Amino acid sequence: MTRLGSGGLIDRSQQLRFTFDGKSYAGHAGDTLASALVANDVKLVGRSFKYHRPRGILTAGAEEPNALVELGTGTRREPNTRATTVELFDGLVASSQNRWPTLALDLLSLNQLLSPFFVGGFYYKTFMWPASFWEKVYEPLIRRAAGLGRASGLPDPDAYEKATAFCDVLVIGSGPAGLMAARTAARAGARVILCEDDFRLGGRLLAERVEVEGRPGAEFARSVEDELAAMPEVRIFRRTQVFGTYDGGTYGALERVADHLLAPPPGVPRQRLWHIVARRCVNAMGAVERPIAFADNDRPGVMLAAAVRTYVNRFAALPARRAVVFTTTDDGWRTAQDLIAAGAEVSAVVDPRREVPDSIMAPLARSGARLLRAAKVTRAIGGSSGVKAVEVAQGGSLLRIEADGLAVSGGWNPQVGLTTHKGSRARWSPELSTFVPGSLPEGMRVAGAVSGDYGLSACLRAGHDAGSAAAQDCGFAAASPDVPRAEDEPIAVAPLWHVTGGRGKSFVDQQNDVTVKDVEIAWREGFRAVEHLKRYTTLGMATDQGKTSNVVGHAIMAELTGRPMEDVGTTVTRPPHLPVAIGAFAGRHRGRHFKPTRYVSGHDWALRHGATMVDAGQWLRPQWFSAPGETDWLTSVIREVKTTRLAVGVCDVSTLGKIDIKGKDAGVFLDRVYINRFSTLPVGKARYGIMLREDGFVMDDGTTARLGPMHYVMSTTTANAGKVMQHLEFYHQVVWPELDIAMVSVTEHWAQYAVAGPRSREVIQAIYGTAADVSNGSFPYLACREIMLGEIPTRLFRLSFSGEMAFEIAIPARYGESLLGELLREAVGRGGCAYGTEALGVMRVEKGHVAGNELNGQTVVRDLGLGRMASSEKDYVGRIMAGRPALVASDRPTLVGVQPVDSKQRLRAGAHVLALGAATTAENDVGYVTSVVYSPTVGSWIGLALVKGGTAQVGTRMRAYDPVRNGDIEVNLVSPIFVDPKGERLHG
Amino acid sequence: MRIPCPYCGSRDLSEFVYHGDAAPKRPDPAAENASELFYTYVYLRENPAGPLRELWYHASGCRSWLIVTRDTRTHDIAGAVLAMESAS
Amino acid sequence: MTRFSLLALAREALGGHRGWQPHWRDATPRDFYEVVIVGGGGHGLATAYYLAKEFGITNVAVLEKGWIGNGNVGRNTTIIRSNYLLPGNVPFYELSMKLWEGLEQDFNYNAMVSQRGVLNLFHSDPQRDAYARRGNSMRLHGVDAELLDRDGVRAIAPFLNFDDARFPIQGGLLQPRGGTARHDAVAWGYSRGASLRGVDIIQNCEVTGLDVVQGRVIGVQTSRGPIRAGKVAMAVAGSTSRVAKMAGLTLPIESHVIQAFVSEGIKPLIPGVITFGAGHFYISQSDKGGLVFGGDVDGYNTYAQRGNLPVVEDVCEGGMALMPMIGRVRVLRNWGGLLDMSMDGSPIIDRSPIDGLYLNCGWCYGGFKATPGSGFCFAHLIAKDAPHPVAAAYRLDRYATGALIDEKGVGAHPNLH
Repeated sequence: MTRLGSGGLIDRSQQLRFTFDGKSYAGHAGDTLASALVANDVKLVGRSFKYHRPRGILTAGAEEPNALVELGTGTRREPNTRATTVELFDGLVASSQNRWPTLALDLLSLNQLLSPFFVGGFYYKTFMWPASFWEKVYEPLIRRAAGLGRASGLPDPDAYEKATAFCDVLVIGSGPAGLMAARTAARAGARVILCEDDFRLGGRLLAERVEVEGRPGAEFARSVEDELAAMPEVRIFRRTQVFGTYDGGTYGALERVADHLLAPPPGVPRQRLWHIVARRCVNAMGAVERPIAFADNDRPGVMLAAAVRTYVNRFAALPARRAVVFTTTDDGWRTAQDLIAAGAEVSAVVDPRREVPDSIMAPLARSGARLLRAAKVTRAIGGSSGVKAVEVAQGGSLLRIEADGLAVSGGWNPQVGLTTHKGSRARWSPELSTFVPGSLPEGMRVAGAVSGDYGLSACLRAGHDAGSAAAQDCGFAAASPDVPRAEDEPIAVAPLWHVTGGRGKSFVDQQNDVTVKDVEIAWREGFRAVEHLKRYTTLGMATDQGKTSNVVGHAIMAELTGRPMEDVGTTVTRPPHLPVAIGAFAGRHRGRHFKPTRYVSGHDWALRHGATMVDAGQWLRPQWFSAPGETDWLTSVIREVKTTRLAVGVCDVSTLGKIDIKGKDAGVFLDRVYINRFSTLPVGKARYGIMLREDGFVMDDGTTARLGPMHYVMSTTTANAGKVMQHLEFYHQVVWPELDIAMVSVTEHWAQYAVAGPRSREVIQAIYGTAADVSNGSFPYLACREIMLGEIPTRLFRLSFSGEMAFEIAIPARYGESLLGELLREAVGRGGCAYGTEALGVMRVEKGHVAGNELNGQTVVRDLGLGRMASSEKDYVGRIMAGRPALVASDRPTLVGVQPVDSKQRLRAGAHVLALGAATTAENDVGYVTSVVYSPTVGSWIGLALVKGGTAQVGTRMRAYDPVRNGDIEVNLVSPIFVDPKGERLHG
Repeated sequence: MRIPCPYCGSRDLSEFVYHGDAAPKRPDPAAENASELFYTYVYLRENPAGPLRELWYHASGCRSWLIVTRDTRTHDIAGAVLAMESAS
Repeated sequence: MTRFSLLALAREALGGHRGWQPHWRDATPRDFYEVVIVGGGGHGLATAYYLAKEFGITNVAVLEKGWIGNGNVGRNTTIIRSNYLLPGNVPFYELSMKLWEGLEQDFNYNAMVSQRGVLNLFHSDPQRDAYARRGNSMRLHGVDAELLDRDGVRAIAPFLNFDDARFPIQGGLLQPRGGTARHDAVAWGYSRGASLRGVDIIQNCEVTGLDVVQGRVIGVQTSRGPIRAGKVAMAVAGSTSRVAKMAGLTLPIESHVIQAFVSEGIKPLIPGVITFGAGHFYISQSDKGGLVFGGDVDGYNTYAQRGNLPVVEDVCEGGMALMPMIGRVRVLRNWGGLLDMSMDGSPIIDRSPIDGLYLNCGWCYGGFKATPGSGFCFAHLIAKDAPHPVAAAYRLDRYATGALIDEKGVGAHPNLH
């Protein structure tokens, strides 16, 4: 154990058991998995991506490249989880990944022997011989070796949630700057949301031995938190990472609601995705420390200096008993102080700078540590069990210093990600030797280390000022200034990117195994733009997105090209700032809840009557009704069709779109959106109409009835109901706002039922009794009327899709089920039945009516045999464009019927039509079958087809070619109307 | 992205359906060169990089067609008016 | 430049890789080129390569405003396929597919073309019939296509949500020869191949004007000075309208953004490319292990290479509906690419109304798979001043004549294609 006897922000009274690679350990509440591993002296945690090099823990935060584990087991296994941010809980199970058979003995580390070949860009030059080997041999091997952790491969058992929050000021990060921004804005009266990725507020205040207002940093953070928590307009989101900046002041954030528990309690989501809509934002995300590239700088035991302080101060866990500190920054020296204060030994502090301020060296004067200036670490010596010694070059001589840990500080990288998501670029600061935010997204301010203000006092002031300004922007008066008193520690940095001379690989991107040499190869081969460097070597493309490595790599490229960093620039960061589970973005929209389900009011009734339901867009519709004893769908459909044609059938057509259109210009409006005329339609009459898109292609069809002089009701297809509504509103509001009309979708207000068949009138008459006379004389084909059924308004239409005498009756939806029951009772009494969409489809094909398969957006009215409907005496949407040469060409495919020559053969929609004997090539393709049904009336499968020169070809025998289903049959092209071509039945 | 609907207030992008540039106006179908005019109206787009007056439909809201002025480079929205009340 | 071979590789491995040379010459502009190609993306570079290789035209410059491959060739989801429906499209994409199949040997660069199959799922009877129509059309054009039933799909992808789905899977249309390629390597391979044959690849050279005299283009103005040209060829998808405007042209194109996603690297999970038929989602897995996926366009005109959250959520909802096993896999990076959305969803490879100015644009979200075919056919058009037969339908005047190539049948709404 390396747990210190006292100190730290852990609750020693709570012992938490966990396992890593099957071995059991203990930690405390307040630990991360990484800190608990450090406390248990576990050094080897993972294997690298390409070379399978042994790796330990490099950082104490989300930027961690190495300490990635598979967390959890079974369905909850979560690959590539950063041990440094996993909050420890009792029963946690973690495993190392990307190793075989074990972490300590990973046979794939043999890859290191091949490393002379496996350099950056290697793949592009090889694996090409022989050509056939790529997919069969090389690629499968590469794929198996690549990847890091294993996904569970099983459905995620947990729930995810989405929510939206609004505030005046969003504060991101709860370090000294964030806390002050939140407190200042909140004191001014602003509604504040404070988001902190960690489970504890405070940021670096928790990790450093600093004082604010004379109190320890963590204590101060706690006091601010208490004040904020007591304010009603402040919301504190812990365990919440803001991952993206989007338009209009929208920020994406992920709250890890239950990731610190073994499993979410019942009813609690695992994670919650927030859309935070903020008038202003104070970004106080801080900075992360960067390493220095030197030989074998990836050995377990090499850790960033600030991370060492975090483990020592916050977690009371000692990463090294005898450490070397290698720092180019003033603050790296504090690591040595903190280690000594914790009882560890510091063998040496190595600083490449010639001059180091006395003030930071003095505290170490009597520590026994060798203080080496103008010196560099050239190599970390050790193996998979950790660092054993450090090789240091000073003034031409090479020293070997024994140590079991090496703390490295190469300077700081502000976390600029959220400032660049909307397209601005980070700016190189020569003073700070780092990239700082460039122009900021509207509404965003930066405060603290994210903007390069590293000192504690500076952070407190910047946070205060940004919070105050943000609140004022939102109209709140500034609260009286109150900036807590603190020291500004020395923060100078002299950039050092890499150290040459050591024997071994010098890693720039540890997770993707990109070395200094790889950067050199990219340079040599012309991949000198930073984006080329990234793509050629994979620098910065690992799960850490180069948070610690990018700048180092880019700086090395700058050296190689002799260009200043300002010119070289850096790669564009993309959201999410930290990886976000796909499940969180999906929320509840999965499984059966992927999309809403729309139910007709007769849904339960249909289920009680043996219906099988089918999706029609979001709607569910009865597809057929199985009568007792019926076991296959076709038997049921045949019965439904025969029954309807012989007696009467009832079908739910409620899902068709219904739009009420009123106003004195309603008729004129309809004349303009339909190809045929409606202004002359008499009140009490309905008419079939076709509307086009402005490009001249058919958009939708349906009947529109005139219920009054200024009142029409339009029906649309189920599929296009929303689209047609939008289309009509467009032409009304945008194109012809002068027309006096108003419209509303009433699809869901009215349940509607078709009653078809020779005995349909009897059924309808029985429903209305004396309330209406529906005889042919009083209510002929295409009549419509509003009729009160007792107290209930109904709309009755004499319409037919089946070709039979038929009615459609509409009733307010809440009465739908009841009316349906009555209709069926009356129908059954007359030998009738209910029918579903299949029988509906059969009868419409038998009658040659077009539907969705023919109205596919690629057809014009002439193709469908409906050209004569188009009025030549008025303009309408689509008229002009429908006159284009290719739309009136004589060789366009037109609608015909198709029937197998051998009536026993199965025809299928999607088959293509070819001349008999023609070769099966595209040149001979003359059309395709759009719709196919089994017609009990005809006694065979029949279909509709669009065939070149179709009408003229009726009577010829052709070939329906369907190779993807092994279909190839002879068919006769026939009239598309198979039943009652003269239309006598519907007028009956 | 949030769109300031004159009826409903500031609403999330997901409530709206996009149509496009508001500049093309449906030509006079009786014009001599109507085919050419309609071809231009239906198919050709200025597609500017910069401020664009464009049509959005508040489908999951008040069903108003809006003319929104938005910069296609930054997505910054300068304002929105009802298409019906727009002078143009 | 060294030809890549096992011998060269071994030699360099032993020599510390000090002998490699730049994959392409970073050329500086000359005064005149026979052909100036505007746009150093996949299509522009492929065009240069085929101009040199197939038509012997080597006095060619490719002008790129940034670094080559920084446009859509470097931001797509790497899918290659030729599973189209309409006769205007199928032969073109099949030519492209054939070129993919021989590409690496042809340009001596490993672009990791991987034909692991493209599977489009269907969820209803009408959708099945529509895919049958498409599959039959492919077969008539000599393209591989198989219609799978539910069990056939389950055999390939047992992890899909078959049992608790809002829109249950009924089957799928499989193109076994479809797959993926390493997108960046395509740009680099073409650059290298073109450069070897004498083409000047000129980076950081933004075209700021097109010089048109009496209806004929005679050169371009660039950020690195004027360049005279015999012919100027535009391959600047995403920015087509802006460049065309320099010559006074207005085109049937809008710029839109489509977002793409990659997850953290994981061990092999997804076999080939899978497309959801009841939502906006498609997915594959890269050789590095990341799940690469995407969905619909954001839907509004834009020149910003980024999108917004609603589409991010829509895509992931589709993913979770289709394969709930990816719930705990994390999105690592999400970016946007600018698209030329044409008014019928199909591209334009044609002469422009200005003599000597050639258009290659309107690729919508399908440009990557078209890269070899586009370069080949565009080179043919530029060299011979006549369209290649398989690209003959990609005419600019088809919007006026009505000879549209509208696979989806949604009409003149670019964001719906």
